Amino acid sequence: MKEETRHFETELAVVGSGLAGCAASIFALNRKIKIAQVGNTGAVAYTTGYLDLLGAVEESSKAVENPWDGLELLKKSHPDHPLSHIPAQDIAEGFRQFTTFLGESGIAYTGPQETNITALTPAGTLKKTLCVPATMAAGPQAFAAQRPCVIIDFHGLKGFSAREVVANLRHKWPQLTAARVDFPDMEKGEIYPEVMARALEVAATRTRLAELLREAAGEIKTIGLPALLGMHTPDLVRSELERLTGLTIFEIPTMPPSVPGIRLREMFEQVFPQKGITLIPQQKITALSFAPDRAQLNLRDNYGPIVIHAKAVILATGRFLSGGLEAHITGITEPLLDLPVHQPPSRTDWYREQYTDRQGHLIHKAGIEIDASCRPLGKNGTPYHERLFAAGIILAHQDWIRGRSGAGIAIATAYKAVQAAEDLLHARI
Amino acid sequence: MSQSPLDQPAVKGHNTLETDVLIIGGGVTGAGIMRDLALRGLHTLLIDKRDLCAGASGGNHGLLHSGGRYVSNDRHSAIECRIENEILKRLAPQCVEQTGGLFVAVEGDDLEFAEKFPQFCAAAGISCTEIGPNEALRMEPLLSEKLVKAYLVPDATVDPFRLALENVAHARLLNDSIYRPHTEIIDFRIDNGKITAAICRDNRTGVMFNIQARQYVNAGGAWAMNIAQKAGCTDVNLLYSKGTLLVSHDRMAGHVINRLRPPADGDILVPGGTVSVLGTTSVHTDNLETVRPTVAEIDRNVMEGAAMIPALATARYIRAFSRVRPLLQSSPGEDGRAATRGFALLDHTSQGLTNFCTITGGKLTTFRLMAEKTADLVARRLGNTQACTTDSVALPDGDACRWTEPGAAPRYWYKANNADDMILCECEMVPQSAIDEIVKCAPGAEAEMTLEAIALRSRAGKGPCQGSFCGIRIASYLYDRGYYRDTTGLTHMRDFFNERFKGMRTVIWGRQAAQMELAEALHCGLLGLDNLDSDCPEMAILP
Repeated sequence: MKEETRHFETELAVVGSGLAGCAASIFALNRKIKIAQVGNTGAVAYTTGYLDLLGAVEESSKAVENPWDGLELLKKSHPDHPLSHIPAQDIAEGFRQFTTFLGESGIAYTGPQETNITALTPAGTLKKTLCVPATMAAGPQAFAAQRPCVIIDFHGLKGFSAREVVANLRHKWPQLTAARVDFPDMEKGEIYPEVMARALEVAATRTRLAELLREAAGEIKTIGLPALLGMHTPDLVRSELERLTGLTIFEIPTMPPSVPGIRLREMFEQVFPQKGITLIPQQKITALSFAPDRAQLNLRDNYGPIVIHAKAVILATGRFLSGGLEAHITGITEPLLDLPVHQPPSRTDWYREQYTDRQGHLIHKAGIEIDASCRPLGKNGTPYHERLFAAGIILAHQDWIRGRSGAGIAIATAYKAVQAAEDLLHARI
Repeated sequence: MSQSPLDQPAVKGHNTLETDVLIIGGGVTGAGIMRDLALRGLHTLLIDKRDLCAGASGGNHGLLHSGGRYVSNDRHSAIECRIENEILKRLAPQCVEQTGGLFVAVEGDDLEFAEKFPQFCAAAGISCTEIGPNEALRMEPLLSEKLVKAYLVPDATVDPFRLALENVAHARLLNDSIYRPHTEIIDFRIDNGKITAAICRDNRTGVMFNIQARQYVNAGGAWAMNIAQKAGCTDVNLLYSKGTLLVSHDRMAGHVINRLRPPADGDILVPGGTVSVLGTTSVHTDNLETVRPTVAEIDRNVMEGAAMIPALATARYIRAFSRVRPLLQSSPGEDGRAATRGFALLDHTSQGLTNFCTITGGKLTTFRLMAEKTADLVARRLGNTQACTTDSVALPDGDACRWTEPGAAPRYWYKANNADDMILCECEMVPQSAIDEIVKCAPGAEAEMTLEAIALRSRAGKGPCQGSFCGIRIASYLYDRGYYRDTTGLTHMRDFFNERFKGMRTVIWGRQAAQMELAEALHCGLLGLDNLDSDCPEMAILP
């Protein structure tokens, strides 16, 4: 069979389908820019569903209560940090647009507030985050109000132990207890969150589960469950279970890859094409080249080669896990364009001796550097190309892990990069 | 730590433990002495300041020498290796994989040395068969095309953890001999040319107590000199040689592959289950406690190893480790490689003691012989006339010891076919039932069990994720079983990840970098294990 090359013309090509890439597409949609988005969506499935802005100022162990104040501190202590270059109102607007879009697409979120939410983790620890899925919101509220609550887990679901959550949290939440139930029709053997979530899309399963939950809750009115309340209509599944049980119900994230991450991925893959985005997910681009008047992306899928011409490109390929950066025995590289990577002088300096050192590891501060218009710098220190922009955690001078700031960096820098790309498109087209 | 049904207070009501023989040091030698004495009817107490094989016994290639490595410069050691190799293959087959070994020379290596190798082997009685380069390449396709000479020898591999566990388990079975981990010698009480008590500390609780024995054996490996000095003995003189080794993600060869040249850096690749171990560098050190691999040592091993097996230059590595080997100092100024690999048994009579001895030096392959010589001395001193039987009695196969064997866990799991027995470590297929068995009855499990201690007694955490995921799952499971009832499990998790990281730090590139990024995002970004003792009271998880 002869393979025909398919051509696409677009204004903006987004390379990468993680949080930063998807946020860029959403912001560009809101600005009526024509978009093609390519690249792996793998890492989205690793998100918990929580959208952190800033949970800690890097190198400090202090948790950040008010992320907007935290950003002011960050500006002073970390002037190179990507978030230090973006006005707070733009960051807030980015979070608003992003969460609004998710809500309109079937996954409701709390909007950005003045302070961080103290959210629950599957180990019964706490973390600071800005926005949470509506299905999880009642957990932090119940904790803050110290309401009696039962954490419920399931026979056969490994990696989520209600007893663990309770054991680690009870000294902060004395009214917390644990219970275990059998998931309907999955009483024997190992069971998986994704399968359970899809099963709960069916009303009959919900009815049977509701009975078990009511029984397990006893006199207590609030229950927490691992995050598996539906795949495509989580808000409906939760409200139906609440109606059937008369209880307040919330989800706690499970270990990734988790249902909340898969929900986001599947939603993006479904909604983006409906909105007119040319979406070619799960395929890595093999080449990206620039002519004075346009960029060209080469890739292929099961049906053959694809060529995309775009007026502007946003590079949001992530770090090592997503392949945006590569770590070699001799140093760190950016594989797509061989952009210069800011990095420690030697591999010896990548990691500190102690893994959980609060200072964090220097390898995470490595990345590509950009100018004031989000353009990656080339080898001579000037922008690689005027049509190329970058966003997300591929950027240097941040440690999203220790800063609890992954979504914040993704959303804020995507917002800024789309702004800059739009300026270029308006000026040149 | 909360009190769980599995916690056994080690010392109830009184602060002295009694035994016939106290053995200090839970390496393979100490474990071997324990079993040897138990077979002669003597009760022993084995202690280690950390846990089984925490020193050089656990930090080597797992090579069961044919003796070939020593034929050119230490024929005595070569012959000892040959004999012990045959005994272990016969009596402890569950701990041995009969891989066979190759000695290979590549272009540029000393051909004269290569030509003499078969004669050297013959003089030590070691079987050695020359094979053509093409045949060697057929056997081991990853060997360099620049291969010029290859010889087959009866090298094999041995699992030192299982060996130690099985020796301890057998001694317990024979006469209730006891193994007590995390127990450190602080001092000796000496009266009239005899040690009357060892003053010990439980390193987990800080509780001090005494052990009274009739004989005291120092099998402290690299720490033997320090232990002997606590008894006032100045006749133990050791050189410390730091060795650094790497573990590859895949098994790169079926055979043990030795570079056919005098011992040097990066000259051996030893298979171990599903991985291979590459080593080793050798540098002098004075530091016994905090030896860590360096990036320079890693790069040197990889570069040298790649001359034999080019694929080593681009292989994925999951771990590196360093251990200190104790080498006997016979003449001042010797370097680590030239010092003898033989062992020494010191009876300390010249130091005025009649119930203390030290066994040190030697190597994994000859541990049984070292144990025999030591047990001979101890038995004689106690008037016990029973002869050594460890060269004729097979090492029993203990259920709780079987989980260190690569591939064993999935085999048992598959055979049991119990859908409720979920796999907790997905890289190495370690199921819940394995964790249960280890927590209940593996040697040393009588006392507190940490994630690290479970990992030592199983394959959990040995695969590509190095425990990043199974550490979380096993902790969850232990919470579930009521073993953890408070935030202790979180600190154990953190300590376990910190410990595993020591071995990963210098080999994080390629896909390991992606793996680590995900692991750290989970451990720190999500679970907050970097901030358990936060100074922000609301977030501080540790009460």
